[in-house]
Amino acid sequence: MEMPAPDARVMSRKARLVERLKKVLPEDAVIHDPTETRAYECDALTAYRCPPLCAVLPASTEQVSAVLKICHEEQVPVVPRGAGTSLAGGALPTADSVILGVARLNEVLEVDYDNRFIRVQSGRTNLSVTGAVEEEDFFYAPDPSSQLACAIAGNIAMNSGGAHCLKYGVTTNNLMGVTMVLMDGTVVEIGGAHLDAGGLDLLGLICGSEGQLGVVTEATLRILRKPEGARPVLIAFDSNEVAGACVSDIIKAGVLPVAIEFMDRPILEIAENYAKAGYPDCEALLIVEVEGSEAEIDDQLSLIVEIARRHNPLELREAANAEEAGLIWLGRKSAFGAVGQVADYMCLDGTIPVSELPFVLRRIAELSEEYGLRVGNVFHAGDGNMHPLIMFDANKSGDLEICEALGAEILKLCVEVGGCLTGEHGVGIEKRDLMGVQYTETDMEAQLRVKDVFDPNWLLNPAKVFPLDVTEGRRG
Amino acid sequence: MMKPETEAELAECVACTGEPLQVMGGGTRWLGRSNDGARLVTAGLSGITRYEPGALTLVAQAGTPLQEIEAALEAEGQRLPFEPMDHRALMGTEGESTIGGVVAANVSGPRRIQAGACRDSLIGVRFVDGRGNIVKNGGRVMKNVTGYDLVKLMAGSCGTLGVLTEVAFKVLPAPEARAVVLLDGLSDEQAVSALAAAVRSPFEVSGAAHTPSGVDGHPVTMIRIEGFAQSVAYRAERLTELLANFGEATVETDPDRTEAGWKWVRDVAPFHGRSGDVWRISVKPSDGPRVANAIGAKAILYDWAGGLVWALVGSGTDIRPMLEGIGGYATLVRASDETRKRIATFHPEVAPLATISAGLREQFDPRGILNPGLMG
Repeated sequence: MEMPAPDARVMSRKARLVERLKKVLPEDAVIHDPTETRAYECDALTAYRCPPLCAVLPASTEQVSAVLKICHEEQVPVVPRGAGTSLAGGALPTADSVILGVARLNEVLEVDYDNRFIRVQSGRTNLSVTGAVEEEDFFYAPDPSSQLACAIAGNIAMNSGGAHCLKYGVTTNNLMGVTMVLMDGTVVEIGGAHLDAGGLDLLGLICGSEGQLGVVTEATLRILRKPEGARPVLIAFDSNEVAGACVSDIIKAGVLPVAIEFMDRPILEIAENYAKAGYPDCEALLIVEVEGSEAEIDDQLSLIVEIARRHNPLELREAANAEEAGLIWLGRKSAFGAVGQVADYMCLDGTIPVSELPFVLRRIAELSEEYGLRVGNVFHAGDGNMHPLIMFDANKSGDLEICEALGAEILKLCVEVGGCLTGEHGVGIEKRDLMGVQYTETDMEAQLRVKDVFDPNWLLNPAKVFPLDVTEGRRG
Repeated sequence: MMKPETEAELAECVACTGEPLQVMGGGTRWLGRSNDGARLVTAGLSGITRYEPGALTLVAQAGTPLQEIEAALEAEGQRLPFEPMDHRALMGTEGESTIGGVVAANVSGPRRIQAGACRDSLIGVRFVDGRGNIVKNGGRVMKNVTGYDLVKLMAGSCGTLGVLTEVAFKVLPAPEARAVVLLDGLSDEQAVSALAAAVRSPFEVSGAAHTPSGVDGHPVTMIRIEGFAQSVAYRAERLTELLANFGEATVETDPDRTEAGWKWVRDVAPFHGRSGDVWRISVKPSDGPRVANAIGAKAILYDWAGGLVWALVGSGTDIRPMLEGIGGYATLVRASDETRKRIATFHPEVAPLATISAGLREQFDPRGILNPGLMG
């Protein structure tokens, strides 16, 4: 993975930059000692590392504005960082960049149940947003699997999803407003407690822009009342094709489960071995969860079970109580951790049309054989958001390169069947060089022009999202 | 008038034009002031390109009649989640609404509060920018974060950034049953409190409206629930209990009557055939009654639990100064050309945002030929 060579002119002015930053931030909010900046050398895509020039931890919108103004004047690249849980390298620094971490921006600013919103500072973690409204039985719907750690700022930057977005949508569908600081330090307010934009939908544009258009410091988020209850059913099949057909039939029948999760044999073996959830021995396993009152749940599940039976499942297991529900989810929730116990892995998140599931799973198995690396699949089947986990050995020379090549093949496959490179993790650096598979130069040019408007000097997270040769003339 | 039949022809029309263009779908919801430019009509780009009920996705050319799309979905027991309104009776227009026009104006009806706006269901676009370039963004899958989300930017851009040629949606199953919980005789403030109580309940309200003067002149508050029959019956009962403080509720379950009732709200029927300007004001729901009090309108209709206020006011009245201090925005939906010369259709943006919006228009349409002046 290539990153631009650091700008020697910027590197040589580190001392002066640090002095200026210290004037607008508390002493402990400017991290510049090389032994300490290493803490910011990577995010959750740990294969790539580079310590930044320095890192700053502002605690208010005003401080963020002051920092950006200085960096703008000094023409120093800035890499915004939420909680550093990006799987795509979205927060990977370059040696000439300032990491702007939002970890200290973690206050709840306003909760309004009647109008169903919460306003928070953007460094607050996803799960703690729900934590702040749980006493009134409310929740914040997007639930990326890193929700314990990941920050709202990063969720907005990547337009994060989760297991429950079939029903509740992703971040952009639950984001009502932001306070954002532009690269030159200008503070803007977009949206708020009302719905939809009066002019151009700048809020929709910012969500998912991977920290390239501005630094979001506050967010107004939709909160929802928790359903009365939820219950999962586990359905085991002897082939991926049949499981895929069952997913499609459930959706066509008019039930909208809150989640439909899919696990294939390679994942099931590893997960079962690790979590001992008591999963049946099968080729494909579905976990379908529905919500509502007891009676509503019974109603929906009986319809789902009826559909599933038409596909001759190996096993159908409805949770009779909370403990059984927990067991059904246990293997799924520990799948990533379980894989991490047996191998290093790369997690892709290409999305495909649901109808292409059986074909894509078959092709992935063939590619896995061809490249000699195991691939397990655990994903959100209702919306076609795949999560192929490619297992490799980081200590074995050449294995990472083979893994990357296989990953690229799988993502190209996703695009070929009518899908996309990334459904919820973002492009970052990981999929940057594959953008040309999905978009023509003209398509990308339209996006680059958006960045030209928000950040004319291309200082915000400049080496991400688009192939370096495409952005070369624009970056400093 | 230009009426290209293909995307390539449309691109050529835009690239070669020497004058400004009035971009139009079916012309049923024309928000702009007439300009001197040539009309560019997208109705020639028509037809559903792909519809996969099992994947809940539909792709159509921009000029496809909305009616054709709704019929195709209905045949499979599905629907557009966002319940687009029919502007014709309100605007006094004729013709056939197109799906591209719906997207260009981000038209969303009562179900907005539960299922999101048009832009939330939109998952992909193809368009021709002001340079004549054909651009695609998004695709036909529900989850897609590959690159910037120009899909959202195009929704509601009213043809000022590009001319849509194809749009893709996430669709939803149509529910088996529907019920409406009705409350009578509430003041605006009481009604908005009742609606707040309903939408903050776990009973999945898909419509929350109030009219201070219903068909028989009395205030009526309406709460809609949809889903499987047993579930709807259960939730209607629970909501009735929950709202007991606001008076005795009645529950209407007749499919035709409930459908007609929500079309009445969706299409702002109480304003049909009445003179005056029509404003659409989006605010925090609890601010709805404040808005109505501040304007002193001839007629008011609340949707979105109070967050959407439709106001009928005397011709030429600028209500924006009256709304100062209340967050949100006001759109002038219906007015004469004369009034539009004086009062902007869209709420003026504050300085830094106006600069960004102008910058985007400049980038997508450097010659300023696409619906010039409509959005700023």
